[in-house]
Amino acid sequence: MALSEVAGSQQTERDPVVNNFSIMVATKNGSGSQTANTALLRALFKMGIPVTGKNLFPSNIQGLPTWYTIRLSADGFAARRPRSEIVIAMNPATAIEDYAGVEPGGAFLYADDIKMPMDRTDIAHYAIPAKAISIKHEKDPKLRGYVANMVYVGALAHLLGLQLEELESALMYHFKGKRKPVDLNMAVIRASAEHAAANYKKHDPFTVERMNKTDGMLMIDGNTAAALGAIYGGFTFCAWYPITPATSMPEALISFSPGLRTEADGKRTYAIVQAEDELAALGMVIGAGWAGARSVTSTSGPGISLMAEFAGYGYFAEIPAVIWDVQRMGPSTGLPTRVSQGDVLKTYFLGHGDSRHICLIPCDPYECFEFGWKSFDVAERFQTPVFVLSDLDIGMNQWMSKPFDYPDLPQDRGKVLGAEALDRLGGFARYKDVDGDGIPYRTLPGTPHPLAAYFTRGTGHTEKATLSERPADWTGNLDRIRAKFETARAELPQPIVSLADGAEVGLIAYGSAHPAIEEALSRLEQTGLKASYLRVRALPLAESIKDFVAAHKRVYVVEMNDDAQMLQLLRLHLSGVEGDKLRAANLCDGLPLTARWITETILSKEASQ
Amino acid sequence: MTAAAPAAKSNVNILGLTKADYKAAPSTLCAGCGHNSIADKVIDATFELGLKQHEVIKLSGIGCSSKSPAYFLGRSHGINTLHGRMPSVATGALMANHQLYGVGVSGDGDTGSIGFGQFKHMVRRNVRMVYIVENNGVYGLTKGQFSATADVGQELKHAGRNELPPLDLCLEAIIADCGFVARSFAGDPKHVTALIKAAFNFPGTAVLDIISPCVTFNDKDDSTKSYAWGKSHDERVNDFTFVMQQDEITVEYEEGETKAVELHDGSQIMLRKLDGKHDPTNRAAAITLLDEAREKQQFITGLIYLNPARASLATAANLIDSPLAWLPESRTRPSRESLDKIVASLK
Ligand SMILES: Cc1ncc(C[n+]2csc(CCOP(=O)(O)OP(=O)(O)O)c2C)c(N)n1
Ligand code: SF4
Ligand SMILES: [Mg+2]
Repeated sequence: MALSEVAGSQQTERDPVVNNFSIMVATKNGSGSQTANTALLRALFKMGIPVTGKNLFPSNIQGLPTWYTIRLSADGFAARRPRSEIVIAMNPATAIEDYAGVEPGGAFLYADDIKMPMDRTDIAHYAIPAKAISIKHEKDPKLRGYVANMVYVGALAHLLGLQLEELESALMYHFKGKRKPVDLNMAVIRASAEHAAANYKKHDPFTVERMNKTDGMLMIDGNTAAALGAIYGGFTFCAWYPITPATSMPEALISFSPGLRTEADGKRTYAIVQAEDELAALGMVIGAGWAGARSVTSTSGPGISLMAEFAGYGYFAEIPAVIWDVQRMGPSTGLPTRVSQGDVLKTYFLGHGDSRHICLIPCDPYECFEFGWKSFDVAERFQTPVFVLSDLDIGMNQWMSKPFDYPDLPQDRGKVLGAEALDRLGGFARYKDVDGDGIPYRTLPGTPHPLAAYFTRGTGHTEKATLSERPADWTGNLDRIRAKFETARAELPQPIVSLADGAEVGLIAYGSAHPAIEEALSRLEQTGLKASYLRVRALPLAESIKDFVAAHKRVYVVEMNDDAQMLQLLRLHLSGVEGDKLRAANLCDGLPLTARWITETILSKEASQ
Repeated sequence: MTAAAPAAKSNVNILGLTKADYKAAPSTLCAGCGHNSIADKVIDATFELGLKQHEVIKLSGIGCSSKSPAYFLGRSHGINTLHGRMPSVATGALMANHQLYGVGVSGDGDTGSIGFGQFKHMVRRNVRMVYIVENNGVYGLTKGQFSATADVGQELKHAGRNELPPLDLCLEAIIADCGFVARSFAGDPKHVTALIKAAFNFPGTAVLDIISPCVTFNDKDDSTKSYAWGKSHDERVNDFTFVMQQDEITVEYEEGETKAVELHDGSQIMLRKLDGKHDPTNRAAAITLLDEAREKQQFITGLIYLNPARASLATAANLIDSPLAWLPESRTRPSRESLDKIVASLK
């Protein structure tokens, strides 16, 4: 107590900062802080305050440090911020580091058994009697660590002016209306808030107030959104192998599908198989796609590597499949619980020989849902594996999202010939370009017609799918597949462009870089730099990107990988002169991009122009 | 007319099709290759069973053996997948459409080495299909390297002498809980045909390990995978008759010697022990039999293990009766109201 009074006393009165700051909670992995953090997040969200929740966690089950950050932004910005104003230190192992990281002018809440020098005069200090309160409220010593988390919730609630009723409804939501756990947790929160009221003198300016900026919005992570998208896309088969950060996508499929896709007789309209590895997972998905299922798998970089041979096979044998790559940081096992956009080149060219793949690139849960269903239409229309490049930040963190829109198009099952069509046509040639768009016709196994069958192979083939090693058959086939790819280029989700009047500078980004770019654009504008923005949403790259680059003098490609991978693809796409306008603005440190980094990077590059 | 009728009848099956209707492209394998005779027996078996070809899919990995599906059932969809990866493709395809019959052909390299994991996991999942290994103890297509079923002491032109013990694919299948495990010899067409017919009616994975000599790289008389060895060493451990549901049981066996195992569709496999040797419904006995034969380099053939009790993957997955792949949008896209409800719950 003494400490907080003394150190904080040098803080002067400041204007309140309302609904615009970040809170970081430093705990140990496995300590059960998730309930506390999600309850806080939800309470703020239901107060109408735009919030985002990011979990920075280690590759570990129990014991290593974990940080949970809640950003409140009255303006609705959702990107990560490099530092937080309010830091709650519950983990002695990182307390020194956490202390040093508090944004000047901020506040430091700490479990009172953390003993260390606290001599910063630019922040407020509050000791939390986590142990004392949890011992009083929890008899089972094993559960005290969990209860201690509710102590910081209570202390914080008091300091921010967060009404306890808001927390109570958040807990009711979390525990699905079960009174008992809610009451247990609320008792601790109340005790802690009362302690705070009696003992803290507020030295910081941070408060929360109700507003109405989250009306109609929902809170969700990208992987759950992707799974829901797949369900509403009518997925019928999924095979997968566990890997962070992709696992929660099929796990959401497993938990939502029974309720949505079970028929009156109790039987299922889908199958989910946990495979023995990613190689088998894609093998199953390709097999199911070949037989006519809407078939999906979800993995991350290491799994993508194992899928390479099947990806090339699917491309060449022209079999629909959907593969989510929830990207994490490599090479190798790398930083398995950190984000990156490092799989762009690899997935685009995955396979052996000349192959390239359609990729869809969502930037948030809303697009995860949309691409979740659309990816099946794209895969079946173009009869090819389709990759959806999400990442850990989108997939596993909590985002505010506008409500998902029900699919506005009927399912596109692609060019499939049934028995009647075969009767009418007197047969078909599996790999013939009948319509001039490069997309051939296929039949499904089980089609009751003597002319339906064909033989699928990874070897060279004629239009009639018979084995061929003739050069002309080989080149003819690959040229047609290329033509199909060109058809796709124009039909895939097109880039989203915002042009700033008379801007010389353009930014190109994609995926989870989006929220930081949005914020950076407004900061850049405040410094007097107007910039246009193009967000790539699919590969192959759209033609219109050429116009965007042509309209600007310098174009920064902002991305989270070391090789400036999208920039390299753009160079291949653009002419030499236009390609020379591209500048890399890439960072690869395992953390989501911040507006501050983007702004500073662009400004310094512009200054040295 | 009346005179011609019986002759015509013997040429056609229950669907009125001739055997020629079950053929496909001519083989491009070496003359005399065991794989050719197995492909022919798939034709015989499916013809005799009267299978509708559009209800069958044929699958394979990569190898000489894996080319076989191109040489039978020309009116069935076929898929030649990746080396060792046919089991995963079969799993996906047969879940997407669980009404289809599956027949897969693999090699000893394809199954015993690169695809060993997939093979065992497919068996463990009990995907309903006939899985044929054309086992020649060598890599044919890459021209004569040792496979994992090569004999100890086997010599090959470039590879030298094999010092490692062979894997027994039947043993591996039983250990992975396969309910239909048989070994046969490509030089015994009647036995192969009978096994394939029974296997098509088995409600799970049926593994047929068929010794299929490679006349080009591994047919020396002292190789256990050669024609000469097969002909002189074949020890049949039991005999059986497959009785289709619609057939009358006409086979007569002496009391106490036969055992009928009923399959889920009402068809039966009538087993007859030879010399009172082996009871294929006894898993432990089957394992011991195989293990001893392996030790003594005995070439035992027959239906080594039979147990139709385990549910197939599609049954365990509680799938609707119609094939998933053919479901209309109305059955795979939940209603707008259901999405509204979920969205509301996330607000
Ligand atoms: C990934 C991969 N590795 C290697 C090969 C080369 N390869 C083709 S067939 C084969 C061995 C086939 O042996 P087996 O399965 O016994 O069939 P057989 O030719 O003897 O019938 C190999 C190694 C390949 N096709 N793919
Ligand atoms: S090389 Fe051997 S396995 Fe291949 S086709 Fe010739 S005989 Fe058969
Ligand atoms: Mg072989």
